[in-house]
Amino acid sequence: MSSKPPIISIEGVTKRFGDHAAVDDVSLTINEGEFFALLGPSGCGKTTLLRMLAGFETPTEGTIRIDGKDTDGVPPNRRPVNMVFQSYAVFPHMSVADNVAYGLKIDGVAKAERDRRVEEALALVQLEGFGGRMPDQMSGGQRQRVALARALAKRPRVLLLDEPLSALDAKLREAMRFELASLQHKVGITFVMVTHDQDEALALATRCAVMERGRLIQLATPSDLYEFPNSRFVADFIGTVNMVEGTLKTDNPTEAIIATKELGDVYIDHAVLGNEGATLYLALRPEKISLFRRDGVVPPKLEDCPEGYNVVAGVIDHIAYLGSESVFKVILTNGRQMLVIRPNLTRWDQEDFVEEQPVWLSWHACAPAVLAG
Amino acid sequence: MSAPGDDGVLAAEIADAQFGPAEVSAAVATARPRRNTPGPLDYLRRWPLQLWLVIVGLFLYLPLITLMAFSFNDSKRNIVWRGFTTDWYVKALTDSSLLEAFGNSLSIAALSTIASVILGALAAVALWRFDFRGKTAFEGAMAMPIVIPEICMGVAMLVFFARIMPWPQDLVWPFNLGPIVIAHISFSFPFVAVVVRARLASFDRSQEEAARDLGATDAQAFRDVLIPHLKPSLIAGALLAFTLSLDDFVITFFTAGPDTITFPVKVYSMVRFSVTPEVNAASTLLIVLTVLLTVVALRFQNPKEVAGA
Repeated sequence: MSSKPPIISIEGVTKRFGDHAAVDDVSLTINEGEFFALLGPSGCGKTTLLRMLAGFETPTEGTIRIDGKDTDGVPPNRRPVNMVFQSYAVFPHMSVADNVAYGLKIDGVAKAERDRRVEEALALVQLEGFGGRMPDQMSGGQRQRVALARALAKRPRVLLLDEPLSALDAKLREAMRFELASLQHKVGITFVMVTHDQDEALALATRCAVMERGRLIQLATPSDLYEFPNSRFVADFIGTVNMVEGTLKTDNPTEAIIATKELGDVYIDHAVLGNEGATLYLALRPEKISLFRRDGVVPPKLEDCPEGYNVVAGVIDHIAYLGSESVFKVILTNGRQMLVIRPNLTRWDQEDFVEEQPVWLSWHACAPAVLAG
Repeated sequence: MSAPGDDGVLAAEIADAQFGPAEVSAAVATARPRRNTPGPLDYLRRWPLQLWLVIVGLFLYLPLITLMAFSFNDSKRNIVWRGFTTDWYVKALTDSSLLEAFGNSLSIAALSTIASVILGALAAVALWRFDFRGKTAFEGAMAMPIVIPEICMGVAMLVFFARIMPWPQDLVWPFNLGPIVIAHISFSFPFVAVVVRARLASFDRSQEEAARDLGATDAQAFRDVLIPHLKPSLIAGALLAFTLSLDDFVITFFTAGPDTITFPVKVYSMVRFSVTPEVNAASTLLIVLTVLLTVVALRFQNPKEVAGA
């Protein structure tokens, strides 16, 4: 795939509204066939970037190439991309079939061919036989399918999706998530999705761009974003995390020790490559922390850590039992609160951990992500 | 759209209104506790409110009913009832000057309505879509004809067409109606603009963007998406402009020439001689026509679209 030229390349794009830079010097490329997600909190510029791809906004600086061609000055109706709007924007005065046919009609596709492609697009989103309905006779989920079919009927090179699942209720969102993935698989075209929902991005995307205040913070696969965040912002935004501040005490090629106020000295089994005494941050995911009952006084020993490292004592303060797993709020002896997630692997083992139970928390030497800023 | 819960309450209220409290209370008692205060529809069953309703109805419609009734009066004077006749209708319908005035009124109303709808809709769209210098001033200036006293407008039009832009006499139809049509457009298009702007507020702009995204030019998106959305307001605005034009007296009186008498002006001049039942008959015909037009316009509007889907 890397041998092919990218379908979209964004080079140094900045979009300013007055003094405010909604998108600030973003460069990235999207490959053919990717399911690409633009992820970030609201107001981070992800929607502006998507709208620039569609042609509804023009970059103040930089170039956007779609399929190798510079899009500068190309209006939305001449771009090989189609968009599914957050509000779906289904035309209320047209039947479902007319909605789907609209783009083809504008393009002058002959009636017979048009009808065939409308049928095909409706079948793709599992709305066969709904062509005669009016949009107000359809549910929100169905209207979204109409919007999808309408965009896909044009056979675009890239499909743009603006918060595609945000308006659906939780159950439907889950179902639609799988359906979007399989739809992309079927049609094989590039999807670019904007979302503020990290679950959505992690579940669907092949790669995600995390944005904050107009800037691109990290561009990576979902698992890299989660396991190897490049900043406190990404670590915090994707999933939940226990963030601990510390200073670099020892830094060798194969190991490092970071002194923290709250967790004591933390042992890391790789080099950090920083100056000794530098301020660092440890991002420790809740599920990467193990929980042991603290009935005696002997702390557990982790095979990859030296004795006495990466083990702290605390007391379970609160438990959120979620069925498949439990979330524990543990208060350490120094008052710091830590989140721990523990899968309920057997039908009894959660009985060992009840509120007020003294526990040991421990984590492997490779568990925390060490972040510079 | 109401939440499912609302339907139950509404249904119960409708049931109350249809069957009265006794029958319903038995059926509803198990479903929900009976309220002590009457619901919105309950008030209509109490006699003071019913009386009030009758008084308001009489206040509104008694003059009109009198007018219509006396149009069938077999008497030259309009005071004493002397028996039923339709002679006055025959007379009104064969009175060539009255018919001409009526024709003029309809032509003026039609022409000024078409122009007002186009101008008003475009003005509304411009104000909605664009930000430009002096927008507030433009908006204010556009709303002026709504607030300026009609008599001032009338005098202004008279002076304007007498001094600034004298309208040539003896032109063929419909050019002889020019001054009146222009005057009518100037006071009715702001009303259209107001109605259309209200409708524009509920427009989802991403629909227009969706049309553009699907390959439509700006003009095509305007035609295929915005105009259908505005249709109810365009019809309502047209109806408003038409009726405003049809029954305007003051401004028309100042701009009408000797051969461009409109229906209200003609009726006024007839009344100055004597109030014969012929005037009643003509007025009744006008009322029937406007009511019919309204009914047709309401039928034409899709009630769902009016609700603003």
